Order: sequence, then structure tokens, then C-alpha cells
Amino acid sequence: MAAMNEPLVLGIETSCDETGVGIVRGHTLLADAVASSVEEHARFGGVVPEVASRAHLEAMVPTIQRACDTAGIALRDVDAIAVTSGPGLAGALLVGVAAAKSLALALDKPLYGVNHLASHVAVDQLEHGALPDRCLAMLVSGGHSSLLLVDDITLGVTPLGATIDDAAGEAFDKVARVLGLPFPGGPHIDRAARDGQITIDFPRGLSNRKDLERHRFDFSFSGLKTAVARWIEAREASGEPVPVADVAASFQEAVCDVLTRKAMDAAISNNIDTIMIGGGVAANSRLRALAQSRAEERGITIRVPRPGLCTDNGAMVAALGSELVARGRTPSALDLPADSSLPVTTVVA
Amino acid sequence: MLLAFDTATALVSVAVHDGSTVRAEAVSGAPMKHGEHLAPLIAAVLADAGVTMAEVTGIAVGVGPGPFTGLRVGLVTARTLGLALGVPVHGVCTLDVLAAEAIASGAVVGEFVVATDARRKEVYLAAYDETGARVSGPEVVRPAAAATPSPAAGEGPVLYPDAFPHAVGPTQPSAGWLARLVLSGTVEVLDPEPLYLRRPDAVAAAPASKPGA
Ligand SMILES: [Zn+2]
Repeated sequence: MAAMNEPLVLGIETSCDETGVGIVRGHTLLADAVASSVEEHARFGGVVPEVASRAHLEAMVPTIQRACDTAGIALRDVDAIAVTSGPGLAGALLVGVAAAKSLALALDKPLYGVNHLASHVAVDQLEHGALPDRCLAMLVSGGHSSLLLVDDITLGVTPLGATIDDAAGEAFDKVARVLGLPFPGGPHIDRAARDGQITIDFPRGLSNRKDLERHRFDFSFSGLKTAVARWIEAREASGEPVPVADVAASFQEAVCDVLTRKAMDAAISNNIDTIMIGGGVAANSRLRALAQSRAEERGITIRVPRPGLCTDNGAMVAALGSELVARGRTPSALDLPADSSLPVTTVVA
Repeated sequence: MLLAFDTATALVSVAVHDGSTVRAEAVSGAPMKHGEHLAPLIAAVLADAGVTMAEVTGIAVGVGPGPFTGLRVGLVTARTLGLALGVPVHGVCTLDVLAAEAIASGAVVGEFVVATDARRKEVYLAAYDETGARVSGPEVVRPAAAATPSPAAGEGPVLYPDAFPHAVGPTQPSAGWLARLVLSGTVEVLDPEPLYLRRPDAVAAAPASKPGA
């Protein structure tokens, strides 16, 4: 139960194709309203920025209203407004930032322009309480695959490694396409893989000794994606049917194996006993299971929010905003820009 | 108190009208910074007018046509302010705002057109009769296809003097005139829906630039 003296924060997220408005009090989630334009993008095989931006404009007011209704609050009750100001699609971010400024202006409340990635970390506080003093965060999505050292999420994060080419979620989308599965690929590959066996040994990027010297905590999924495409081509050329479920399971295993292996290595070498996993790919069932079993063997605690809080939403932005208010951090100015390439080290813009 | 703003051209214009007169009006200094400039400018114009947010009883917004990104900043701001303040939001075609000022300032007598920059070597165009009533448009056209010796307001004649040789003021829409128009009841008031006039370019984002989930 939320104490009434904890900050009531409304968070807005429009960095990609989800219009999210979340409301939290302290670490308690009161509402998580999301409107998605994903179906409008499916036929293009990726998110179309102008389509996403138009959808954000149309969805914004109804989504704010829905969140307030669910939370049982009036807008004037809110103590602060938080919004994703980057990174993300510039035109999409701009709609959310302008809406957040309008609320801050009309309600005379502080505005926090926050980092999308830091929000993916902060959201776990809604589910599992305060973050430990130190943890490792692995953020895996359609745009990012990063290992971050987190001491105080309101002050900053230290990047340990990141993808050097495709993001993990992007690899899921591309492999889904060659397998004839719909966009977005993640959930479809996860489902297909349940009926398959791990029969093919696809490559693990940046995992041999030489690569590990320079890229110990970095990822690469481009070679894996190509290897899957080649394997399918060879199969088709020989006139044999493509075992979709087995390919999906084997590809998914290669991604999850390298993600969890590097996350464990990063945690142990930094004396960290908690790994937080966030981003859309954290909804993948195999990643969750493999991370859990490997962490248990090593005495590491895994924190993963439920799938609905791993994908993009406004609650994660509100969760970070609430932490910023609680710690007395300085709000953003009204001329806050939307910054499509906001660095991961900047928590509040 | 009517708070009015337009973001359908390169600059942002904001005004406050108290029912009898425009109390304060300002235009942003740098082009294509709608997202950064609109909110601070609203705060500044309200302060200049000595008006608080709580006194605002209505919002007027230019609904374009205009470049999409800036247009959306104005519309989402108008809709969200309307929601948070619990006041109505009145949309007006941005070209009508330019037309109203052109007539009132005596810049035109008789028929005229308004043409604004639609980029991609095109203009947003509407034609008006001598009373200021819109008789055609708004539409998006190539300047050569819309060439006319009639007086032309907006930035179109500045950019395409061959097509619109008879340039008259104003070139930028004024939020003060937007407010006057809404209060006069002489203009078609629209829902705060953007006049895009173009379909979105259906090109998926480069994956590297999308945060995905
Ligand atoms: Zn995300």
C-alpha cells in the first residue's frame, strides 16, 4: 500500500511505437495505459517514424485520461511529470515531450525529461522494491543490447558493454522475417521455439578468446543473423523443408546463451550479486529461464519485471520520475529538447 | 482569456487575448525549434500579459497545413492543455489566419491567395474572395501549377516569386490574429486535428535509430 506522502508521478513514453502513460506513487504502480501502433507498422516490417508520430498525437489525450481513470486520480493531484526525452525516434519523442511540458505548465508541477534506458532499469522497483546499492543491468531490446553498472539510478549509469552491430531484438525481427514469421519477431520466435529442439549450433558472437580480449562485455548479433539466413538458404537449395521450430529454438538459444554468459561474467568480475534484466527481449521466456538457472549456480539474484513492464510503457518513466522526486534531483527546464541520441550516461536531461 | 498559438510554419507564434484586445504576443527567435520554444514562449506571454494558467478559458491553435513535426507540437500542446485546464480547444486553418490579417491590414482588396512553404518544392495553398472567405483549398501544389498574378500572402511568394509575383503581407501567421478570428466568430472553427494533406512516407526506421521495446 502506497503511503500518501510518497510522490504521485505521471510518466509519458513515446520513444518508438507505444504511447505509454503510467502513474505511480512511490514504488506502487497505480496505472499503466499503453496504446500501440505496432499493427500499422507490421506490413512495413519495421516502425515507420511518421506513422508512429501521427499515432502518438491521436493516442496522447485518451491514454492520459485512461491512466488517470485507472489510478483513480485527477491530474491536479499529480506531484511531478516525467517523460522520455531520449533516446528514440526524434519525431515520436517530440510528441511526448510537448505533452509533458503542457501538463507541467498547466498544473504548475516540475518536469523531468528522463533517459529511456534508465527507465527500463527503474521500472523493476515497482515489482521488486528498491534496487540494491549496486547492480548490473542488462538491457536488451530492438534498439539496444547493453550491460550497465548501476549504483544510483538517479545519478547515472556506467556502460560496461554494448552491441557493436545489431541489437538483440533486431536480430529476432530479422530472423523472424527469413523464417516467414510476423513482425515483431521476438514473441513469434519465442512461441515457435517451444515446439522445437536445439539442433543447430549457430555462432556465438564475440565469444572466442581473441574477441574477448577487446570485446569482453560487448555483443554482436549480425554474424548470427547471417548464419541463420545461410543455413535456411542451403536447406531450401537442397530441396528439404525448413524446420522452423528447430531453427527458432537454436537461434534463440544462441542469443540467450551469449547474453546470459556475458552478464554473469560482468557481474562476477565486478563483485555484483544482482542482475536486473529489462527491455523488450527480457520478455523472452528462454532468456528468463536461462538467466535464472545460470544465476542460481553462481549465487546471483536475477530481477526481471513481468513481461508487460519489460516492453516500452509509461510506468517505467513514472517509476524513474518518482525516484528523482524522492531524491530531490533538479527538474528539467521548459525548453527541454527531445534528444534522439541521448547518451545512456545522462539520466535527467 | 484565450491562449492562442500556431506552429504550422518555421516559427512559433503565441498570444493572449482577453476578449477585447490582444494583451501580449510573441514570436520565437529561431526556426524549426517548435518543441523547445513553444512551452517557454507560452509561459513568457502569459507572464507578459499578467495572466495565470488558471485564468485561461480557451485555447486556439493553428491546425496547419504545415510541416508535420512542428504542427504536431502545437496540436498535442493544445489538446493536453485543454485536458489539464478543462477548457475548449478551437482549431483554425493556419492559412485563414494569414488571410484575416491580410484583409484587416488593408494589404489586399479583391481576390487573393495564401501560400506557405510545404517544402519539397511545393506550397500549401488556399484562395480567398474579397471578404476573406476561403473559396478553395487548402491543398498542396507545385508553385508553377498555382501561378497567379493575384496578391499572395504567406512565405510562398517570398520563396517562389516567379509563381507569385504580387507579394503582400503578412508572411508569417500571427497568434494574435488567430485569437481575434476565433473570438470574432467569423471563421470556420475546426476540431484540433492536423491538416497533413500528405500521406506519411512509408519507410521503416533504420533499426539502429529505434529503441524498440
Ligand atoms: Zn525500450
